[in-house]
Amino acid sequence: MTDYTLNCRGMQCPGPIMELFKQMKSAQPGDTATISVTDMGFKKDIEAWCRKTKNELVSLVEDAGVITAVIRKG
Amino acid sequence: MSENKKTIVVFSGDLDKAMAAMIIASGAAAMGYEVTLFFNFWGLNLLRRPEAVCVKKNLLEAMFGWMMPRGARRATLSKMHMGGMGTAMMKYVMKTKNVSTPEQLMLDAQNMGVKFIACSMSMDVMGIKQEELIDGVEIGGVATYLGSADEANVNLFI
Repeated sequence: MTDYTLNCRGMQCPGPIMELFKQMKSAQPGDTATISVTDMGFKKDIEAWCRKTKNELVSLVEDAGVITAVIRKG
Repeated sequence: MSENKKTIVVFSGDLDKAMAAMIIASGAAAMGYEVTLFFNFWGLNLLRRPEAVCVKKNLLEAMFGWMMPRGARRATLSKMHMGGMGTAMMKYVMKTKNVSTPEQLMLDAQNMGVKFIACSMSMDVMGIKQEELIDGVEIGGVATYLGSADEANVNLFI
């Protein structure tokens, strides 16, 4: 199992989900990705993205303007 | 109908509307959806190459081509353009906020697998030739659009 790290701070919508999509495409089921984002819309976006792409949202935390999410490939 | 397909008719060539269309298209591609954009009328200008391309045109076609913006880079705001000042200001603000330019958004959308289809009738009316369009654009008609729209569950007209 691999854990990928994606730094998408400063990126505007839809940058972060595009980066995540590209990363997850090449990942294996069970692999995880940790993504950090400053776009505040990402909090809701990542839930919808995981639901629609059948990936699992493991955790979602916001700290000092940075949203960090861990996603496991389904 | 497939839950996986989305279509957008890009009718407007305005900067703001083009950006909305491209962001939705790229976002949809990032959700794993198959996205097709149909460019017609003013939207067709977004597909033009930024540089002038030497093609044979009659007088009216040449005039049209000269009066309309070549490519997304020259697109202007639908409101508050103010002779170019408003658009320049908006572009400046977007740059400082790290928002991609419309031409970059279009490139990103294409790289994400979003399909671009130019309406053949609009091209004919406006005298725009295929050589003047950016790479990776297919040409189709209303049946192509309807065929895709019928299979999709989100169809937008922007």
